Amino acid sequence: MDVFAFYAFGAVAILASLLVIGQGNPMHSVMLLIVSFGALAGLYVLLDAPFTAVTQIIVYAGAIMVLFLFVVMLLNVPREEPAPPGVSALLGPTGTRLGALLSLLLGVEIVWALADMGIRRPESTASVSSVALIGSAIFLRHAFAFEATSVLILVAMIGAVVLARREHS
Amino acid sequence: MSWLPSPEIIAQLGLIVVVFNMLVLSAAFMVWMERKVCAYIQDRSGPNRVGFEGVLQPFADVIKLLFKEQLKPKAADTILFAIAPLVSTTAAFAAFSVVPFGTETTLFGLLDRPIPLEITDVNVAVLVIFAITSMGIYGIVLAGWSSNSKYSLLGGLRSSAQMISYELSYGLAMAAVIMMAGSLSLREIVMNQSGYWLGFIPRWYIWLQPLGFFIYLTAGVAETNRAPFDFPEAEQELVAGYHTEYSSMSFAMFFLAEYVNMVTVSAVATSLYLGGWLGPFLPDWLSWIWFLVKVFLILFFYVWMRWTLPRYRYDQLMEFGWKFLLPIAVLNLFVTAAIVLWVG
Repeated sequence: MDVFAFYAFGAVAILASLLVIGQGNPMHSVMLLIVSFGALAGLYVLLDAPFTAVTQIIVYAGAIMVLFLFVVMLLNVPREEPAPPGVSALLGPTGTRLGALLSLLLGVEIVWALADMGIRRPESTASVSSVALIGSAIFLRHAFAFEATSVLILVAMIGAVVLARREHS
Repeated sequence: MSWLPSPEIIAQLGLIVVVFNMLVLSAAFMVWMERKVCAYIQDRSGPNRVGFEGVLQPFADVIKLLFKEQLKPKAADTILFAIAPLVSTTAAFAAFSVVPFGTETTLFGLLDRPIPLEITDVNVAVLVIFAITSMGIYGIVLAGWSSNSKYSLLGGLRSSAQMISYELSYGLAMAAVIMMAGSLSLREIVMNQSGYWLGFIPRWYIWLQPLGFFIYLTAGVAETNRAPFDFPEAEQELVAGYHTEYSSMSFAMFFLAEYVNMVTVSAVATSLYLGGWLGPFLPDWLSWIWFLVKVFLILFFYVWMRWTLPRYRYDQLMEFGWKFLLPIAVLNLFVTAAIVLWVG
């Protein structure tokens, strides 16, 4: 049952991600990205991490993608057509060879990463809630990194507000 | 009878069927209750022709909607136009899957082990509800955009911006209760509210968190686009809202989603603040009756508020959410944290 669920979620994630870049309508791309995040959340649940799964949905699929959606809607991004031949240098001989080289590098990297894995299943901590473990890790061991990250996010928010402010003339 | 699945599986499937049907029937009941209560508040008598006191009116409405022509604007985005009501409705129903509505019961001894009366009990139940409610926003945004109509787009954007803004106060009010209970599981939060002070005052969190209850209910009302916060919906009386281009069953699905969202907010409010299914006099296996009574009280309050209060204008609504409710929710969280640290 777990294996079936893994293959199902994995297939959905891969298919949705490929379609995000593969099809031309930007609104459909945004929705397919949300679907792929949902499949990732399913994979997290299979890995005994329900808190990570739910946080993925709340933060990524629920907040960040709403931002993407608003931007795509309000900017009215047009449908992407495949480029006519002879226009883009990316499709010429140099571009194709460079693309093939990068794909080969990616393939080698994936094979190396998967072959060298020592698969360790974490001990089942069913008696202690995973949320409590994550909380103690964030607030006790990594407290400084947590606080520094929150200051960083505050700086980014202030910067965005300042940049988006209309000048009063 | 070895070809039958085990009793636990049958019980689980039975629970799913019962909960799903209860949600659909509660939406129908809400349609009737809304029209009756609205009528009596306005000193008239509401539907009273179809069945006794108009009880069959919602079913008549559904039959009418089923026979209506289903329209689609020519320039609408077909796929997104079709899935928008489905996203809204699915999110509304799925959020109820982690809400507990009764104690563990063995169903009159048919089962070997007692099963808790809810579809599933995850130890991050509150976050699951929050996550699925966030997904419901997409139904509205997609409906507004894919209709390819100016009024729909504006209504959809306003409605989704309102829902995102009030989600913050909603989550902060829930966070204060979670701090007091020490757990994210709704069942454990309800069990923490069992027992009495002085023998007759139940240990509900509403006595300890009155401000939190007010914040939660206000944010919940705004989340479901109801009562004084229904400007994006009232647009349809004045101009049009996100579901202007939808007709027949798609329109019915949007309103089904809205009523089921109301029921979910009320059910979570009773679990967090009013002690869930706990109550005197009734035996354990009838505890769901107390749950229904409390949920009904909050739903009645919803309807009462809608027909009594004037609605907020959109900028007043957003100002209220960001400049009043959010600071109060943060203050509530601080005070709760200080008291929990001091006492614990």
